[in-house]
Amino acid sequence: MNNWVVAPLLIPLFTAVLLIFLHNKLKLQRWISLLSSLLNVAVAIFLMVQVRTTGIQTLNMSGWAPPYGIVLVADMFAVLLVLAASIVTACCLWYSFRGIDEERERHYFYSLVHFMIAGVNGSFLTGDLFNLFVCFELMLMSSYALIVLGGTKRQFRETLHYILINVLSSTLFVASVAYLYGATGTLNLAHLSMRIAESGQTGPITVVSALLLVVFSVKAGLFLFFWLPGSYGAPPAAISALFGALLTKVGMYALIRTFTLIFYHEVQVTHMLIGTMAVATIILGGFGAVSQTNVNRILGYNVIASIGFISLALAVSNEDALKGAVFYLVHDMIVKALLFLLAGILVAETGTERINRMGGVLSHSPLLGWMFLIASLAVVGIPPLSGFPGKLLIIQGSLENGQYIVAAAGVLLTLMLLYSLIKIFILGFWGKARRPREAHWKQSRKLLLASAPLMMLIILLGVFAEPVMPYMQRAADILTDPSIYIQAVFKE
Amino acid sequence: MEVVVAVIVGVLFAVGIYLILTQDLLRIVLGTSLLTHAVHLLLMAMSMLKTGAAPLLGRGKEEFVDPLPQALILTSIVINFGITAFFLVLSYRAYQKLDTTDMDRMRSESSKHRGRRR
Repeated sequence: MNNWVVAPLLIPLFTAVLLIFLHNKLKLQRWISLLSSLLNVAVAIFLMVQVRTTGIQTLNMSGWAPPYGIVLVADMFAVLLVLAASIVTACCLWYSFRGIDEERERHYFYSLVHFMIAGVNGSFLTGDLFNLFVCFELMLMSSYALIVLGGTKRQFRETLHYILINVLSSTLFVASVAYLYGATGTLNLAHLSMRIAESGQTGPITVVSALLLVVFSVKAGLFLFFWLPGSYGAPPAAISALFGALLTKVGMYALIRTFTLIFYHEVQVTHMLIGTMAVATIILGGFGAVSQTNVNRILGYNVIASIGFISLALAVSNEDALKGAVFYLVHDMIVKALLFLLAGILVAETGTERINRMGGVLSHSPLLGWMFLIASLAVVGIPPLSGFPGKLLIIQGSLENGQYIVAAAGVLLTLMLLYSLIKIFILGFWGKARRPREAHWKQSRKLLLASAPLMMLIILLGVFAEPVMPYMQRAADILTDPSIYIQAVFKE
Repeated sequence: MEVVVAVIVGVLFAVGIYLILTQDLLRIVLGTSLLTHAVHLLLMAMSMLKTGAAPLLGRGKEEFVDPLPQALILTSIVINFGITAFFLVLSYRAYQKLDTTDMDRMRSESSKHRGRRR
């Protein structure tokens, strides 16, 4: 029992409610929300140290022992993602001081962000399937409001699609919860894992797992991603950065958690399916990224392609690949947020989202150009940056298992993403300046300052990959051996 | 009794999916709400439709009803209530802004828009 486990959920929730009452005091709102997100970072670091020294932390809500009550479980995997999410949120909030117009700020922007973060952290920490659904809904509800906040025509159009898709997948989620409860009589993740290990993963349970795969794939953008590029491009940069960094990753986390902890018996069926979907996602996402000329759409397809890449690791599911998946997931959260934030500045500087109408930004804001280049190289996985270790481990893991097609898809993806991002760099930053906007420069320097911490982080994470690796190892240990997780939940 | 509920769930699912596949935004919202009803019935049916006492110990009864599915349904109803309300308001605002509730016309307008910008 450790009461700190609930803090990453409670702090944003409390802040969000507090901010509703202060919605006209902009300065106060900004500082409270930044402080609260920094507090969350501190709590996440504190939890990570605790997990490192004393093992998995659990909290039985209202003292009901598992499997009867809801249990929150902070293992290394969850805590690392909570930490990455908190850091990304803090930077995006700082960025939105300048990057979001006052009208949006006044209309509960900060409250909605904090509600969303509560949902995201809750999804990472919960140890109960239905509670996962509730946290998903909390996150999605606030994301519906965030994506439409501002109310332009384009936002309405995209939001309607986005809501419909997510309502449908949530419905299927409840249906699969119902089937699982009918089949096993429990919803606690650890208990589900035990029950299914005892009774064997029979045909019906495999079918339910496929239903859950569909649900989480829609949320993660794995293969069922047709809604993603449009809707992530609709809101302002700070909001799309949060979406691109966090929402799909929560779906990915749920996929990894359920398919390593519960449904790991019928690997030929489920993991084969995941592998096929992952390769298809990589190919479609990669081609999508290459074919687009809209900055936000290119980045949307980039998000999809890296989700495909992480799912490759899940399909392979050996120790190296999962360690790589944890590393890559943390890296991807940070770098995708950074890319969306920088693209937001780029769009503000040039006044257009089309890359063939941009040009020459490098001459009047060189810092933006070089930061964008470094971020692109990190996505691709050039060695000193943070994309490299994760990518190396995943490809190494797939080669160890003799899955050469998977490894080839991973390498192919790298080339396509490199091409799509360098295209932005060449067309956007080189050449003659089309619309010099000197007046804008002061504004964007402050925005660049807010994205700088993420930039530092991807460099540090790449250079100091060795000292970080034990944490990833700890996370991968739990993913490869479910009994550690089960024992931690049922220890008392 | 389970068979009857199963048939009802099936019919609700079919009607819900039919409504979602239509053009009109309002019908789509109603379709999603019917689907969630179907899922709630499914939840209830999956926990076996038993009759028994409320699960309170020390009342001298021996047959209890499993309270968990009902708690789940209650939670899910509240969530779906919120989402449907939001979806309806959003549809109304979208109608005001885009002047149509027809999904096809919304899309064609957007592609026209995109074509012009190219």
